[in-house]
Amino acid sequence: MAAISKIATGNGHGENSAYFDGWKAYETNPFHPTDRPDGVIQMGLAENQLCFDFIEKWLMEHPEASICTAEGVSKFKETALFQDYHGIPEFRQAVAKFMGKVRGDKVKFDPDRIVMSGGATGAHEMVAFCLADPGEAFLVPTPYYPGFDRDLRWRTGVELVPVVCDSANDFKITIDSLQSAYHKAQEANIKIKGLLITNPSNPLGTFMDKDTLKNIINFVNEKNIHLIGDEIYAATVFMEPEFVSISEVIEEVECNRDLIHIVYSLSKDMGFPGFRVGIVYSYNDTVTSCARKMSSFGLVSSQTQHLIATMLSNDEFIDNFVAESRERLFKRHKYFTWTLSQIGICSLKSNAGLFIWMDLRKLLKEKTFEAEMDLWRVIIDEVKLNVSPGSSFHCHEPGWFRVCFANMDDYSMEIALSRIRNFMVKNNETMVPPRNKLWRRTSLKLSLSRSLSRKMDDFIMSPSIMSPQSPLVQART
Amino acid sequence: MVAISKIATGNGHGEDSPYFDGWKAYETNPFHPIDRPDGVIQMGLAENQLCFNFIKKWVMEHPEASLCSAEGVNKFKETALFQDYHGMPEFREAVAKFMGKVRSGRVKFDPDRIVMSGGATGAHEMVAFCLADPGEAFLVPTPYYPGFDRDLRWRTGVELVPVVCESSNNFKITRAALEAAYEKAKEANLRVKGLLITNPSNPLGTILDRDTLKGIVKFINEKNIHLIGDEIYAATVFMEPEFVSISEIIEEVECNRDLIHIVYSLSKDMGFPGFRVGIVYSYNDAVVSCARKMSSFGLVSSQTQHLIATMLSDDDFVDSFIVESKEQLFKRHKYFTLSLSQVGIGSLKSNAGLFIWMDLRKLLKEKTFDAEMDLWRVIINEVKLNVSPGSSFHCDEPGWFRVCFANMDDNTMEVALLRITTFMHKHNEAMVPRKLCRRASLKLSLSRRRDDFMSQNMMSPHSPIPQSPLVRART
Repeated sequence: MAAISKIATGNGHGENSAYFDGWKAYETNPFHPTDRPDGVIQMGLAENQLCFDFIEKWLMEHPEASICTAEGVSKFKETALFQDYHGIPEFRQAVAKFMGKVRGDKVKFDPDRIVMSGGATGAHEMVAFCLADPGEAFLVPTPYYPGFDRDLRWRTGVELVPVVCDSANDFKITIDSLQSAYHKAQEANIKIKGLLITNPSNPLGTFMDKDTLKNIINFVNEKNIHLIGDEIYAATVFMEPEFVSISEVIEEVECNRDLIHIVYSLSKDMGFPGFRVGIVYSYNDTVTSCARKMSSFGLVSSQTQHLIATMLSNDEFIDNFVAESRERLFKRHKYFTWTLSQIGICSLKSNAGLFIWMDLRKLLKEKTFEAEMDLWRVIIDEVKLNVSPGSSFHCHEPGWFRVCFANMDDYSMEIALSRIRNFMVKNNETMVPPRNKLWRRTSLKLSLSRSLSRKMDDFIMSPSIMSPQSPLVQART
Repeated sequence: MVAISKIATGNGHGEDSPYFDGWKAYETNPFHPIDRPDGVIQMGLAENQLCFNFIKKWVMEHPEASLCSAEGVNKFKETALFQDYHGMPEFREAVAKFMGKVRSGRVKFDPDRIVMSGGATGAHEMVAFCLADPGEAFLVPTPYYPGFDRDLRWRTGVELVPVVCESSNNFKITRAALEAAYEKAKEANLRVKGLLITNPSNPLGTILDRDTLKGIVKFINEKNIHLIGDEIYAATVFMEPEFVSISEIIEEVECNRDLIHIVYSLSKDMGFPGFRVGIVYSYNDAVVSCARKMSSFGLVSSQTQHLIATMLSDDDFVDSFIVESKEQLFKRHKYFTLSLSQVGIGSLKSNAGLFIWMDLRKLLKEKTFDAEMDLWRVIINEVKLNVSPGSSFHCDEPGWFRVCFANMDDNTMEVALLRITTFMHKHNEAMVPRKLCRRASLKLSLSRRRDDFMSQNMMSPHSPIPQSPLVRART
């Protein structure tokens, strides 16, 4: 037997978690409107698919953004050769500008602090390597993105200590919960090096108010620990109140800036997860310098740097994109949550992200995580939707599910909603109003489309996002 | 004071090595034919710049290779969303095919074993994480690429133990050297987990012969340790004998394939270091599976996967490119080494790579590494060339320098050779043949030899140096 490493033989990669089982179900039988109409609809993937037509239009108008077109090929050689870990200056400037715009230009970002990484995945690992030694720990409020278990811990040896947040107060991060987690770690002889917050939150879709952020900053300064703010959903805030970034709050309260670090990416805000554009932005010079050297392990392809630099230096495009993206997310979110509420399903009130935090506690046989897993298997196997169970996000309380809404077209959304509807009807949920006209119509699809089309008109319909097979189109013709 | 990690405060990043000092000299005063004709010429960067015209022509003829052209934009969305760590199937197939062609079709590579990484830099680190625990070690024959110190050790905690190779037998890797290193590690209580070879070699520019490779495979099987073959210069073998890959040897000798892993990249063979296309190819299923999961930390941009998939699935292009690249490298190498020999400078006989291993031992004041550093500073500050001193490659013997020749155009090469010639002349080297000394213009003598083997397409009619002796000689 050839010995390999402990890291390789262990399961720190995290793929044995339940989070991935739904993926497997989806992968064996993925939904397709014509080929596999009974397949599993993917609602476990936080992707932003709503603005590609907008982006593609811009691309066609700007051939110089590619190094492979006649307009751009003069840059092919210098770009293909460019491996400087400082990154292409225009890329850093464009990203810094974009980050500022996404925060309503309330702060300016310094291009010289922009450090590249292999997506947000690589960014988180890099930050962990820079800030903590093996065996040391970060505090992370629950529920949190399951990937953190791998990104922050697997190859670094760093630990994560949960800061338990409760549905009782909408999962807000309180000073009490922070102190409690900190002391628990101390008792276990674990040295806390930092606090990692995701703001806007995955999976909650909420973001922190200014007071909470100020409290958090006071807390990290008191304990002299780092604050890592994962702000990769910053541009997905589609409704008031306005997003408040750590970068703004540190201008308003006393803070040791050497403690402050932001992780960013274009995967969610722009919908470019494939391009692996991860960013570490640290206010600590030593960390910036170290991270920059480490970025050699996961630089952004210079071809992609060139594309992004061209795209994001176009002010008009960005301003329009940010506005358009918000509008489409708003509409999709509103439609989805409203329709769900019509059939008695609630979710945490949210105004950001690419998902909702669905409340199915009342559907549990009992208040246990086993019951949550049972319900989840029913959702995958019977309702044929891949959603993500709250336990995979380390949620303290069973019954919550993260359901993504921005990674599909309108037609798939309709199918998903009608499946949920059918399921609720079949299970004879008393929450669904008996007198509702929707009950009595023979064809639920038709009824859904008729009543929906009226309501959709109120706030949604853009001809460009209609799928030709959509029942809504039929209702209209 | 806010505490960060030991990794961050230490110097495992390796940038305090002298390898980087020449870079700084270059960066403050880089050569430019018009703007800074007295600037430092970069000969410390192993880049392949000789075939871009060839590549650009293909790019212009294949707009579908770009996601941003009219022909390719219909793939933009699916590509921008594609983050599956298995990588695009077309990408893996194209890379596997390319790797096979570079080895003249003598082996086939399985696309399902192709795992992506953040360049070869990321690939090496990933392999270290997969194979060794902190405190364990890899054997590495010297001289070796300085980046290994960072890539394999910095964040992994893995150690490197040198296998000392000597100029007396052209730096061959001998069984005795391997055994000696292995024993030394044992004595130091270091558990050796693997052997890392770079073949073709950086910095030597040589390839391992079949017998040596077989000996190596035998050695690692005996010791039950892994063999990591860094083959990123595979397509730069420009002259006989033909390159022999580990992938071929394991078909010929008994070997536990779970021990065999190849690191590859398109940075040297294609000249695309900026695109960060690193590949780990392991014959060990558990390693493939683990590496694939780890690749999330450094996937190849899907935009680049698409470009590379299109380019490398074009058989005509690949076949022509490999031939063209070899020819350009051969010519450049031959011209460079011949010109150097004319002024009494020898180098290790080589048939691969983007550099030569220059022998300046006789120019050392004394046989010490301090003298090597002194000579190096003279080369940077007086001759104004950034070359890489052998000590930065952990060479056992002072006086060797790695000098890159494929990262510049012809005119810059001429200027570099002129400077070297002038320097040697000034130092009144007895080795310089008398007839060269007698000619009034050394420049003229060089241009006549170029005609012997320079083909038309290497001469740029639009020379950036109007004063270039070559332009004058021809007009």
